Amino acid sequence: MNFIDILQAGVASGTVLLFATVGELLAERSGVLNLGVEGMMLIGAMSAYSIGVRLDDPWLGVLVAMIVAGLLSQIHAFISIGLQADQVVSGLALTFVGTGVSLVLGEGLSKSGAVSLLPSWSVPGLSAIPFLGPIFFTNQSVLVYVGYLLIPLTWYFINRTRPGLHLRAVGEFPAAADALGINVFSMRYAYVFVGGMLAGLAGATISLAVSPGWFSELTTGGQGWIAVGLVIFAQWNPWRAAAGSYAFGALRRLILDIQGPTMLLGLRNPFYYEPRLGFFLQMIPYAFTIIVLVIGSRESMRKRIGAPAALGEPYIRGERGK
Amino acid sequence: MAEAVAKSRPMDLRIRLEPRLDEPPRWFPVVLSIAAIVVALIIGGIVIRAAGGDPLRSYAHIAKASFGSLGVLSDTIVKATPILLAALACSVAFRMRLWNIGAEGQFIMGAFGASAIVLGPVLPAETSRWIFIPVMALAGMAAGAAWGFIPGYLKAKLNVNEIISSLMLNYIAVAWVNFWIFAVWTEGGFQMSHTFPKAAWLPRLSDYAKSFPLFAGLTTHLGLLLGIIAAIILWIVIYRSRWGYEIRLIGDNPSAARYAGINIVRNTVLVMMVSGALAGLGGMSEVTGVVHRLQTSPINAGYGFTGIIVAWLAKLNPLVTIIVSILFGALILAGREIQPSGVPKMIQGIILVCLIASDFFLRYRVRVIRAASED
Repeated sequence: MNFIDILQAGVASGTVLLFATVGELLAERSGVLNLGVEGMMLIGAMSAYSIGVRLDDPWLGVLVAMIVAGLLSQIHAFISIGLQADQVVSGLALTFVGTGVSLVLGEGLSKSGAVSLLPSWSVPGLSAIPFLGPIFFTNQSVLVYVGYLLIPLTWYFINRTRPGLHLRAVGEFPAAADALGINVFSMRYAYVFVGGMLAGLAGATISLAVSPGWFSELTTGGQGWIAVGLVIFAQWNPWRAAAGSYAFGALRRLILDIQGPTMLLGLRNPFYYEPRLGFFLQMIPYAFTIIVLVIGSRESMRKRIGAPAALGEPYIRGERGK
Repeated sequence: MAEAVAKSRPMDLRIRLEPRLDEPPRWFPVVLSIAAIVVALIIGGIVIRAAGGDPLRSYAHIAKASFGSLGVLSDTIVKATPILLAALACSVAFRMRLWNIGAEGQFIMGAFGASAIVLGPVLPAETSRWIFIPVMALAGMAAGAAWGFIPGYLKAKLNVNEIISSLMLNYIAVAWVNFWIFAVWTEGGFQMSHTFPKAAWLPRLSDYAKSFPLFAGLTTHLGLLLGIIAAIILWIVIYRSRWGYEIRLIGDNPSAARYAGINIVRNTVLVMMVSGALAGLGGMSEVTGVVHRLQTSPINAGYGFTGIIVAWLAKLNPLVTIIVSILFGALILAGREIQPSGVPKMIQGIILVCLIASDFFLRYRVRVIRAASED
């Protein structure tokens, strides 16, 4: 078990969470809580893999996954923005629909043969940096590099551009944004769509790059929910979202790999000799999510950083805004 | 939304949406819910068709395989029992706008708590049935309540989002039970415990076939009665007690509740524990009434998630929940045999989507007016 290898694989597996988390972050910044991430990721993973199997074109698979998941997200957008229904229930419903439709359309997909995966590259020069080079820039899937670009771009977009300012306005004070001529409804539809596309990309990252294949609901195994939790931990900041995602990715890899070697840090590896301890290892990511939520909410109470003020509230024109 | 005007042809009529100012008539929500289910079945049929199935045959199969005879009706009720208890668990939490998505985990922990009485063993196998059943029910409820306490306490004291924390606890519950049945209570290396002694089984109708020949082969067990009693008690608590009034007030208007001096922190923890206890009772009923051994795969079949949909469809009314649970029991029972196997799950999701979409018509009225009269 090589520490650098685990971190390298952790970055790849953290990329899945990164896409999902950033997508949810954008939707929530516009004021729409979307609990359907798990369902959108599943439908993305299923459609990407399905296209990969049938047409043998992973790039087309990624594209289709993003579009399908984006379209699925519009169910939630229509119900919560257009019909002003409760966003929690609507998001849950989206997870049910996404999971169910993926299972129906993905029937028999797990038995299909190998697919060509997305290419992996090493970056010349950067990969030679000691320690960081092998972890971040050696033999990583192309989507991992897309993830690196996404973090600063999202931050810059939200905090330094005019559309980003509009996004924040819509999430914090939609009535004021509306009065300034910003179309609150279409902005929210658009950001839910972007969130859906990124969740679909996260799904495609699983099924075509990180752990290829279609294993029905186990393909995502609750990562969509972890992403929703990470957004709260990240306090709606892309940099913190990235840090959380990569940390979780590394944790997931560590749990998988720790049961392999007979020796651990010069001692007999308890996880190798006592496989029953593996069940407790399986709990760690989920327990860690709860711990991370506790840390996040304590910190935001202390620093008085809150969720976007209008998060979860449907905007109804003519009603008094907050 | 009043501007959302659509033109329809050939006559020059317009459809206009306007907010409802008065309460809709009492029959209207019922008709609306039924219409939503019909629309959901149509949409589901389209997806089944797209996946290469025959929707009409699938639906006919569901109806026949779940209500076709007394025997299958009894099986439907057996499936409805865990759903009923899980849905009651969800409805009490949702009433306070606490989003307990962890009924699934609380259900599994309830099954674990009840099983621990037999497998521990806390009570010897020769114990009388009438001691076993109440002790197992209490243990299941206690384990479920403990699992509900965690997100409740974190929400009340630390403002931790209960949706995520309760959901994460589902995965932890599955791993926890897997550990016990694999490492401690394993039966010959398989991931299951040994079968419980007969005294720890909930009595079934078929046990009384000697006195009532009609009951021969019927699997409906005492859990149904537990569920109905729980529903009635919950209805009385929610609608007729002071505590129920507090819960409803917190759900409808938390700041008014706070000004009225209602202790929100205490109620959050309590309601999550009651919710967990109901789900735990569901787990106990499933493990002692159907499975008769501790094993994860038939117990974590998603009853906790179906409970969310059922609670919502029943508009959080415990008595209506009984009827809706039976419908969903039918869907799940018959759904096991139809292909593709994800169909019941998908239809549940589509039903929930149509249902919340239909709530729009409770708040808005659709009027068809002549174009001329509008100008």
